[in-house]
Amino acid sequence: MLGKAKELANELKQDICAVIIGSEIRKFCNVLSTFGANKIFIAEDDALKEYNTEIYTPILTRIILKHKPNILLFPATKIGRDLAPRVASTLKLGLAADCIKLTIQNGKLLMTRPVYGDNILADIICPNTRPQMATIRAKMMEKAEPKQNESAEVIKEPVNINVDSFKTIVKEKKKTSIPGVKSIDEADIIISGGRGVGSKETFKFIEELADVLNAAVGASRAAVEAGWKPKSCQVGQSGTTVSPKIYIACGISGTTQHLVGMKGSDVIIAINKDPEAPIFEVANYGIVGDLKEVVPLLTKALKEKKMGGYKIQ
Amino acid sequence: MRFVVCVKEVPESIVVKIDLTNNKIQDESISTTLNPFDQFILEEALKLKKDEDKVIAISIGTPQTKKILMKCLALGADKAILLSDNVFIGSDTFATAYTLSKVINKIGDFDIIFCGQQTVDGNTAQVGPELAAHLKIPQVTYVESISKFEGKKLFVKSQTDDGFKIVESQIPVLLAGIPPSSFTPSLPPLRNIIAAQNKPCIIWNFEDLGGPKDKYGSVGSLIQITKVYYPPPREKGIMIVEEPITAVEKLIELLTKDKVI
Ligand SMILES: Cc1cc2nc3c(=O)[nH]c(=O)nc-3n(C[C@H](O)[C@H](O)[C@H](O)COP(=O)(O)OP(=O)(O)OC[C@H]3O[C@@H](n4cnc5c(N)ncnc54)[C@H](O)[C@@H]3O)c2cc1C
Ligand SMILES: Nc1ncnc2c1ncn2[C@@H]1O[C@H](COP(=O)(O)O)[C@@H](O)[C@H]1O
Repeated sequence: MLGKAKELANELKQDICAVIIGSEIRKFCNVLSTFGANKIFIAEDDALKEYNTEIYTPILTRIILKHKPNILLFPATKIGRDLAPRVASTLKLGLAADCIKLTIQNGKLLMTRPVYGDNILADIICPNTRPQMATIRAKMMEKAEPKQNESAEVIKEPVNINVDSFKTIVKEKKKTSIPGVKSIDEADIIISGGRGVGSKETFKFIEELADVLNAAVGASRAAVEAGWKPKSCQVGQSGTTVSPKIYIACGISGTTQHLVGMKGSDVIIAINKDPEAPIFEVANYGIVGDLKEVVPLLTKALKEKKMGGYKIQ
Repeated sequence: MRFVVCVKEVPESIVVKIDLTNNKIQDESISTTLNPFDQFILEEALKLKKDEDKVIAISIGTPQTKKILMKCLALGADKAILLSDNVFIGSDTFATAYTLSKVINKIGDFDIIFCGQQTVDGNTAQVGPELAAHLKIPQVTYVESISKFEGKKLFVKSQTDDGFKIVESQIPVLLAGIPPSSFTPSLPPLRNIIAAQNKPCIIWNFEDLGGPKDKYGSVGSLIQITKVYYPPPREKGIMIVEEPITAVEKLIELLTKDKVI
């Protein structure tokens, strides 16, 4: 996000500011300034440890009203898509969701977002209200080049929290993603398995391939439904939208609900025994064959290639 | 208790075409359905409903949206309200949420507002939280199930970026729902489809809601769509139909040549 913000700010000759809300967050200031933030607003309090719409909204709206940004970007994560519309509506601001491209046109932010799955794109402007707000698929934007020894101005924002007035309380929080295992929304490479994988045991073929490529493991809804992978792995309309550099779909037919979640990937590789499977329509490379034979062979070949000194990008 | 469920009519297939003469999405002839996210949350609301409770389905749409509301009634809603007026055309999420808030305030007392997490066509996931802000009530989004409801307190399970959380909320509250992977939409039995004919389905227009006209529709919207177009087509891919071992060799050769790896 900072990479994109930097590009827009340079064009408009404006500052790049970052906002952090939470507890024990000062440690993030360093990375943020390395990646280009000039100013960092921080709102820190123990009560801010867990994200809660009700607490974060007044803090963020106050920061917006005080500093009057021209553009305000959020990641299109579950938290971003919960907080951004709440803030936008509270301050009566226009907001575009899940953008994949941002440019400046006549001094205004032009936001491009997919609608109808990823079948159609729409260009959107926010003519009258400021800040211009967007949630963005962070993976779609170029990462900023880190610069050492940059230091941003850190501005502490007041936090007034009255715990007794909360109407919602987070009682329990569980991670279904396993620690140390890459999550699909941050990975550069994703290997996904579908119903065609056949069982929880055979999913190890997918996991082994992911291991060699330092990739995350994804799944279709059918595979999640079968209990082979947790919901956090689900790619698609009712799961996560991903856009990695490489997406390998194994035993996934490619229904529209799955495709909308991964069509934005740079390179798509599909392995499916049905040559008519719709996944092949979006694949850059397609292998027609049984994944139970193809995937282990591919793992083996890539392992050898890696040992031969090649680098998997 | 009074539950209000916001539902939207959406195209059955999201593979739609653009009318190049006016740069609009061709939406007249396509077949439509109840947004699956909305059907899920409606079914959750109905599970929660006890005898004395009322479930009201509301939708902003065209006269034909009545079909969707009849389905909600057949599924078990007690009453439906359709908002249909040219004034509402061209609403962005802010204006849609404003209109829904006017409807809900006109209905009067409510305990829980239910929305789908997102629509399959617009996919913004914004109307729910924006409506909650208009109504000044708390919200819980990405709700997968309602685990407990006692007195004025509700416990819901909601998805997070890396798992899930259990949230306790007072009512009134707005819940935006996303179906868990095990969800399959129910089909109402014929008997209920017939019975739905006798349930109230009211149509309201702009005058029924009142308020300044410039808060509705495209005039009341804060964003403006300047262009719709097809994304650049993906390059035609290469198909490899060979014995597994040869296929893998060939794939690696291609990936290396194309500098993917
Ligand atoms: C509202 C809604 C939301 C949805 N959201 C999502 C979502 O977020 N994500 C999602 O993925 N789906 C979603 N779906 C479900 C979607 O419609 C499909 O049911 C699902 O994606 C199918 O998964 P699949 O491709 O793994 O299974 P299938 O469609 O059954 O395909 C299995 C494929 O594997 C191939 N195969 C079988 N055996 C082998 C083998 N040995 N080797 C190689 N290939 C083999 C077959 O040829 C077939 O193409 C949603 C549906 C609805 C209605
Ligand atoms: N025209 C509408 N009428 C009633 N409810 C709507 C309408 N548009 C959106 N909603 C509700 O808001 C949710 C989110 O929609 P969206 O923000 O468009 O993705 C939907 O699932 C519905 O519950």
